[in-house]
Amino acid sequence: MIFLIWLLYIPALYLVYGLRLALAGMGIYLHTFPTMLLHGAVFVGVYYLIKYLKKLLKVKPRIPANAGKRDKTISVYGLVTVGFTAMTALQGYGMLSRSMQGYLVPICAYVVLALSLNLVVGISGELSLGHAGFMGVGAFAGIVAATCAQNAVSDPFLRLVIGMVAGGLMAGVAGLIVGIPVLRLRGDYLAIVTLAFGEILRSLTENLYVGLDRAGLHMSMSNGGVQLQEGGKMIISGALGATGIKPISTFVAGILLVFFTVAVVLNLVHSREGRAIKAVRDNRIAAESVGINATTFKLKAFVISAVLAGMAGALFGLNLGSVQASKFSYTTSIDILVYVVLGGMGNMLGSIISTVVLYLIPEFLRSLADYRMIMYAIVLIVVMLCTWSPKIKNTISLFTYTMRTYWNRLFRKKGGSGK
Amino acid sequence: MSDYSKKILRVPSYSLLREQDADKQPVLVANNLGIDFGGLTAVDSFNVAIGPTEISGLIGPNGAGKTTIFNLLTGVYQPTRGAVLIKGIDTKGMHPSKVTRMGIARTFQNIRLFTDMTAKDNVKVGMHKDIHCSFFSSLLRLPSYYKSERAADEKAMELLEFMGLADVADVKAGSLPYGVQRRLEIARALATNPAILLLDEPAAGMNPSETAELTAQIRRIRDTFQIAIFLIEHDMNLVMNVCEAIAVVNYGKIIAKGTPEEIKNDPAVIEAYLGKKEES
Repeated sequence: MIFLIWLLYIPALYLVYGLRLALAGMGIYLHTFPTMLLHGAVFVGVYYLIKYLKKLLKVKPRIPANAGKRDKTISVYGLVTVGFTAMTALQGYGMLSRSMQGYLVPICAYVVLALSLNLVVGISGELSLGHAGFMGVGAFAGIVAATCAQNAVSDPFLRLVIGMVAGGLMAGVAGLIVGIPVLRLRGDYLAIVTLAFGEILRSLTENLYVGLDRAGLHMSMSNGGVQLQEGGKMIISGALGATGIKPISTFVAGILLVFFTVAVVLNLVHSREGRAIKAVRDNRIAAESVGINATTFKLKAFVISAVLAGMAGALFGLNLGSVQASKFSYTTSIDILVYVVLGGMGNMLGSIISTVVLYLIPEFLRSLADYRMIMYAIVLIVVMLCTWSPKIKNTISLFTYTMRTYWNRLFRKKGGSGK
Repeated sequence: MSDYSKKILRVPSYSLLREQDADKQPVLVANNLGIDFGGLTAVDSFNVAIGPTEISGLIGPNGAGKTTIFNLLTGVYQPTRGAVLIKGIDTKGMHPSKVTRMGIARTFQNIRLFTDMTAKDNVKVGMHKDIHCSFFSSLLRLPSYYKSERAADEKAMELLEFMGLADVADVKAGSLPYGVQRRLEIARALATNPAILLLDEPAAGMNPSETAELTAQIRRIRDTFQIAIFLIEHDMNLVMNVCEAIAVVNYGKIIAKGTPEEIKNDPAVIEAYLGKKEES
């Protein structure tokens, strides 16, 4: 109980400050004492809300042992296809607002990031807080590669692919270098060290100067270290980041990358390697007792995840006119982690849905101005309750199970068992 | 071969070998094995040789160092002294996963299953080293992937059926009852295709009828797979019933070795278990 309250503390703070701002919008200004009262009221409110929900769910729902055990592979591919079709259709009819069109590619990039992080957090079972670092490496490597290929390759889509491959490779190398020392650690220590390495990767790119001229690529870690010939062009200039990029990312390319990622992750999970990775997560000693080298498989998962994150980074970077390294700081890592955690560890379908929803909520709520934070807080509270409480979780799965049974009864001849 | 057999012949007194195995190469030899933890000598001069199809037991009072010996044999701990030879090859310095690949499999005293995976997947993880499907062919779902998966599925189901677990194949291992989990652990160990199987207290927490079933099962495993079995057990009924040779340890040292009959009447064993008779 106390734990739940504690868990809800951050969303509750959002709520308090959101309310305060909202009241201020109506001309009511709260000062310290009323704010404290508000704090208390919100906490008491949350407490009773949970108590009420608990009472409501006192009846323990009974779920057949094998319910929900279906392979979700098809649903994942299906969801991506449906999303793509719907968006292209809306775009075709001109029903998509300009800002919404702008969100499509970043959403694809974040979906890929969430899926790849889920490979580390959900499947491999290690908390990684430096995912944005790999995204950054991928973004800048992709930008450099795409700019270099500008003259040789005229087709922008092909150039984007080159950028993504380069981004993936560089991020993979970074993942390998980071992974070898980091994966010797376990649990909290690993999380802290990945956070540090993510920041190291970011600050490295923040101090990187890359220029291109007729002689080739020039690289330096200090301003003025890059001396370009006439007609040369700076691609990355330190903290200012990469500017003057030609945006070549498209929604189609994004969706293709999502498909690629889904295929890689799901095929991996259902293969010999994936089973070994899950085995190491569940019990390291037992995994070694059946001939699995734990470190190797942890590293494999980590590097694959970094490669995918790098590709997503390239997609993200080549979507914008300019990119700064500060975009890839740990706040972005935490954002991605929130998508993964709220979508469910190891649940790829959940990752996709939660990424789309959680990315869009703040954007949609822009029009609400001050109320935006309240809404975001409420969504976080509801989702946390749903994912944390086993009872609510059970109720939801009971609900979906019942729905599926009815669906089967209605539309399939041999129905009724949910399988 | 010759080098190895010389080693064994030099020390015939180690042997737990049955008569019919005496001319065969032992699958497992522990040669003067010992380990210290800091200043504490947990195991010292531990010598055994186990024949290819022998069922042997390791008994001793609580804290005698039995599980430590298992950890030494499987490479979890590196011995301070002595060596472990599996099929004649020294396992010194090998990673535990490599030692397993040499042909030794084990179960654990406190069950260690992959709780979030189905029973079938647990067994398939056990078959890891025998599934030959490259990383890229499984990512690209080439025909070789489907072929190896189908073969693995079939073999896993065979093993589950053998252990009487076929009907729980798709249930998550963590939600299985205790006794079933124990059997699943044996199935997983068998999936590694071992030459010798180490069982760490397989009958712990079982009632007499379950233990009787297990006794028969252990014999069936030996007869079907033609492998050696080495087990730690506190249930003397099981040990005396199933084992052909027994080693008794106390304070990390072997105090007696022999057939069940010899062990039953050994004064050192009786003393270790029941204490010394007070002189009056």
